[in-house]
Amino acid sequence: MKCWDPRIEEMPKEDLQKMQYKLLKSLVYRLYSFSPFYHERMKEEKVHPDDIRELADVQKLPFMFKRDLRDNYPDKIFTATQEELVRYHVSSGTTGKPTVVGYTQNDLNLWTTSLARGLTSIGLGRGDVIQVSYGYGLFTGGLGMHYGAERIGATVLPTSVGNTERQIELMQDLGATAIACTPSYLLHIGEVAEKMGVSIKKDTKLRAGILGAEPWTDRMRTRIEDWLGIKAYDIYGTSELSGPMYTECAEQKGFHIWSDIALVEIIDPKTGESLEPGEKGEITITMLQKEALPMIRYRIGDITMVEDGVCPCGRTHPRIQRIQGRVDDMLIIRGINVFPSQVEYALMAIPEVGQHFQIIVERKGALDDMLVKVELNKESFSDKIQDIMNVREKVEHRLRNSLNVNVNVELVEPGSLPRYEGKSKKVIDKRLL
Amino acid sequence: MDTKNFIIKQISIFSENRPGRLASIAHALGEEKINILAFSIAEANGFGVVRALVDHPEKAYKKLSSLGFNVAFTDVIAVQMQDIPGGLYEIAKVLGDAQINIEYSYAYSGRDAAVLILRVDLVEEAIAKIQQSGAKLLERSVFH
Repeated sequence: MKCWDPRIEEMPKEDLQKMQYKLLKSLVYRLYSFSPFYHERMKEEKVHPDDIRELADVQKLPFMFKRDLRDNYPDKIFTATQEELVRYHVSSGTTGKPTVVGYTQNDLNLWTTSLARGLTSIGLGRGDVIQVSYGYGLFTGGLGMHYGAERIGATVLPTSVGNTERQIELMQDLGATAIACTPSYLLHIGEVAEKMGVSIKKDTKLRAGILGAEPWTDRMRTRIEDWLGIKAYDIYGTSELSGPMYTECAEQKGFHIWSDIALVEIIDPKTGESLEPGEKGEITITMLQKEALPMIRYRIGDITMVEDGVCPCGRTHPRIQRIQGRVDDMLIIRGINVFPSQVEYALMAIPEVGQHFQIIVERKGALDDMLVKVELNKESFSDKIQDIMNVREKVEHRLRNSLNVNVNVELVEPGSLPRYEGKSKKVIDKRLL
Repeated sequence: MDTKNFIIKQISIFSENRPGRLASIAHALGEEKINILAFSIAEANGFGVVRALVDHPEKAYKKLSSLGFNVAFTDVIAVQMQDIPGGLYEIAKVLGDAQINIEYSYAYSGRDAAVLILRVDLVEEAIAKIQQSGAKLLERSVFH
């Protein structure tokens, strides 16, 4: 399959690594000199830019975590001024506070380039109609895919999420050849289409899905491909890195992480030590060229492994395998990241209910369904059914506002929820992916 | 006669909608030798409210609270009805004509006559109107 940027994509590994070293070196110098946050961090770690003498010296640099963004809300660690920014995106944080990401024009270009390479690698380009059914707005999915698809000369059908019947009509009428959405939303589209008497396989031109923003499995891939008659490709990214950024190629053998954009490491989440290719651990990424919000050794929290050999497609860049889990208790509900701690923070501000809770996640049809069980406080019980319903609605409303996902709430008797010291049993995930 | 004598203390218990909850409540009351004179269950999506008239409301409140239940007292009135066709109509009409709203109600067939338990928005007025109509209100002492 042809490359968007063959010089880079098929560059010999040694040359790629030389390029990465140069980029890393200048990044570290720049941050040490101009960013108080990184300067402090490096001093604490007793590391100086001069200590970076080869690529492996990246391991001397301190890690970054999502909490660094939260603690510096909204833009304290940005290394560009507001005048230099051309866009913001916002994602959920682990507490009440969201995470804000800013982009310069160069940052957007890099993101778009990364997607242009990915989309080209699965055979999309001029002449294709790409339906973008990721949410447009603060979430990075919609706008990110939108510009990536435009860059390769495809025609974008920006349907965003929802109004599924209309999505299917447009898919047929405008001859969409590819769709970008969460895998569960594509399954939902398939189900709704069948109810409308439309077979995605026979009645549409759809031949590819670019699916991500939530965990899925090869079992689901086979099901989607057989049922809908398309090729299903995984895509990976997170707003802190820019957004959805790295796709599989036509070989479907892992995400190509472009070496000129990102330096990927797999580390042992307990010790922080770097692991070898093929070993499972936490993915850690250094964004080599970002201007507004450079991320150094950012620990995303996803568990996977890296494959360093040359891909059968001819691309030399390392690939990471499908995400196999999390180091924390983050959930992904309909493509949105949800931390149980967010639920805890939201409940703390509602006097009518207790602070113990339990989250139960299920798939209803193709879509995620999140139920939060919470105890009704003694003082707020009044004998009136309507009063209790009002409390429930209030909790649902508050949770929806802080999590950005629809939540059903069940009020339970005080003292009836399990009191665990650990966090694990607060979440019961019944989804079979 | 003081209207207060006709105001009866009902206990209301919040209950999750799952098997065995009513059994736990009934068992607790039985253990304390508390007699249930009338009761009803109101159910909403996912939860219910058990309402009961018992002979020892304070004791019931204490016992159920100690077991972790959400319990509240609610003022209701009890009207003796004629156990014949049209008996309920007589009472409902009196309240309706007086613009008194019935929030909920349940009935039991007592030893001597049918009894209607009423939760209304205007308790004192309801007592007055029912008395004026000639219907018989049961005193609190009948229950506890």
